[in-house]
Amino acid sequence: MPTITIREALTKGLKEALDKDPSVFIMGEDIGPYGGAYAVTKGFLEEYGAERIKDTPIAESVMVGAGTGAAMGGMKPVVELMTINFGLLAMDQIVNHAAKIRYMSGGQFSVPLIIRAVTGGGGGLAATHSQCLEGWFASVPGLKVATPATPYDALGLLRSSFEDNNPILFAEHALIYGVKGEVPEDYYTVPFGKAETVIEGSSVSLIAYSRMVHVATEAAAELAKDGISCEVIDIKTLRPFDIESVANSVRKTNRAVVVEEAWKTGGFGAEIASQIQEVAFEDLDGPILRICGEEVPQPYNKKLEAMSIPDAAKVVSSVKSHFSL
Amino acid sequence: MAKIKNNQSKEKGLESYTKEQLTIFYRQMFQIRRFEESAEEQYMRGNIRGFLHVYTGQEAVAVGAISALRKSDYLVTHYRDHGHALAKGLASKSAMAELFGKATGCSKGMGGSMHLFDKSINLMGGYAIVGGQLPIATGLGISSKELGKGQVVMVFMGDGALNEGELHESLNMAAIWNLPVIFYLENNLYGMGNHTTDVFAVKELKKVSEPFGIPNLEVDGMDVIAVNQATQAVVEKVRKGSGPFFIEAKTYRFRGHSVADPSNYRGKSEEETWKKRDPITSLETSMIQSGLVEKDEISNIRSSVEEEIADAVKFALESPDPEDATLYHNVYDS
Repeated sequence: MPTITIREALTKGLKEALDKDPSVFIMGEDIGPYGGAYAVTKGFLEEYGAERIKDTPIAESVMVGAGTGAAMGGMKPVVELMTINFGLLAMDQIVNHAAKIRYMSGGQFSVPLIIRAVTGGGGGLAATHSQCLEGWFASVPGLKVATPATPYDALGLLRSSFEDNNPILFAEHALIYGVKGEVPEDYYTVPFGKAETVIEGSSVSLIAYSRMVHVATEAAAELAKDGISCEVIDIKTLRPFDIESVANSVRKTNRAVVVEEAWKTGGFGAEIASQIQEVAFEDLDGPILRICGEEVPQPYNKKLEAMSIPDAAKVVSSVKSHFSL
Repeated sequence: MAKIKNNQSKEKGLESYTKEQLTIFYRQMFQIRRFEESAEEQYMRGNIRGFLHVYTGQEAVAVGAISALRKSDYLVTHYRDHGHALAKGLASKSAMAELFGKATGCSKGMGGSMHLFDKSINLMGGYAIVGGQLPIATGLGISSKELGKGQVVMVFMGDGALNEGELHESLNMAAIWNLPVIFYLENNLYGMGNHTTDVFAVKELKKVSEPFGIPNLEVDGMDVIAVNQATQAVVEKVRKGSGPFFIEAKTYRFRGHSVADPSNYRGKSEEETWKKRDPITSLETSMIQSGLVEKDEISNIRSSVEEEIADAVKFALESPDPEDATLYHNVYDS
């Protein structure tokens, strides 16, 4: 089985869609000659031409809104927001329009639109370029939110997104584009709303998405050295969210830990914790632990920045002290 | 910048239309007028909820402009959308039932007055966030162009939308990609209660398109013939691939911003001056004076509209609410 990076998996998925379906086109800031800020669309312009690889003005609202309109007109647009932070300039189009049109039209119009956005901090970009805002979008009915952690899932979820007729926010963490993993040659998809047990364990459930899956995995390896068996669950999509798989893990381990990079207040982890206690309260041996990004705008200084994002050491010490293990 | 001049006399304008076309204009404008008056009445009776923004006074714009479109052309509009929807061909009973929130409404009771959709006539929706419809129309311009079906997109905005960044982003994208989009400004002088000249720095509103190289023209929005002639010429150009166009129709809403608005911010004399230019009365007078129609024919049209609107209200009243289960329908396309 070939080993590729998340970046290569996304490139593969986009090319497949462009090759298969003439109604697919991509538009975004600097996706053409520049090749995309994170190089996912490098070489696309030469291969597919300017009609299908549209470099847009720096105007996020019309990028997303035009994607919505083109989708209503029978196309399958992919809009690349350079980062999720810039998505705030397109909030009206994403939340007020793309997410609502099917419902408000009584089902007459669908919006098959993929919005790709880079998320996450840790890249030395300071407060405005380092946010994890996917949880905000996940609170909106009508949207779907994908947050892959591996090349396999990045490709599988992207393929599912192309097969879906709804507006999808596809959040790609900036620091994991280079993460490698095995991806089969044969066609497969990864469904929305289905979590996966990445590591099986018996004492503690570590629940995470995107880059924090890797942090949780690293922490699980450390905790295993001390005889603490952790199960790592990758939820993969925030909306729909697979509470059933998460609850099943908690029913086995009786200890739930949510690891997320976003801020604690109102973070998606709060939703995960809330749903766990709704369906598995009796199975919990103690309070659910949340390990989150510090409640500060992310600082530029490298040392302080590192302190603001959960890492494996923090997960290990928090788990030990919280559960007295 | 505009190549199209609209300087023909009204009489000359009338002559270039058949009696049938003119009576259709008349009927459509009167249909919108009576629809809106009935809607206000039903609102007062508690049968219509939420906001209700009526189009009364602006009928010549919707009818004159949208008559220049084909059924397959895309129409995108804003929250004051009843007139546009009816002019595009939405059945009055389907529109009224939507205002009542009934299952038989064009949006199945899920959108209401500000969100009228009808896929069968490419009525792509009323959008109630000011300016939000403009990027969507721009995107429909992309699909029209790429899929090559020769469709033109017409998108309406009020003068309140001029200050929204989404307009400027949309004009720019439509211009750089030469999209078949007609940006149609209905300048009724007020964005809610703000006079446009107090809140928009460009005094001649249509000039907002000029920095983008988008040609524009201004038209008398109280004259259905003037609107139709100007729009037909623009639609023809845009369909041939000339790129986007900007039209400003000068018009006036005879009623408040919504039914809750007594219009205290504007003078009664201003209202009276504009009401003397009522587009429906004007067309009626011109048609009778030019000997095209008899008074009887006008009466017949009016009674047929009265009957239609009464039927629409009856239909809306008698229609069922949506089923409970529909609360959860169509959040997603599954």
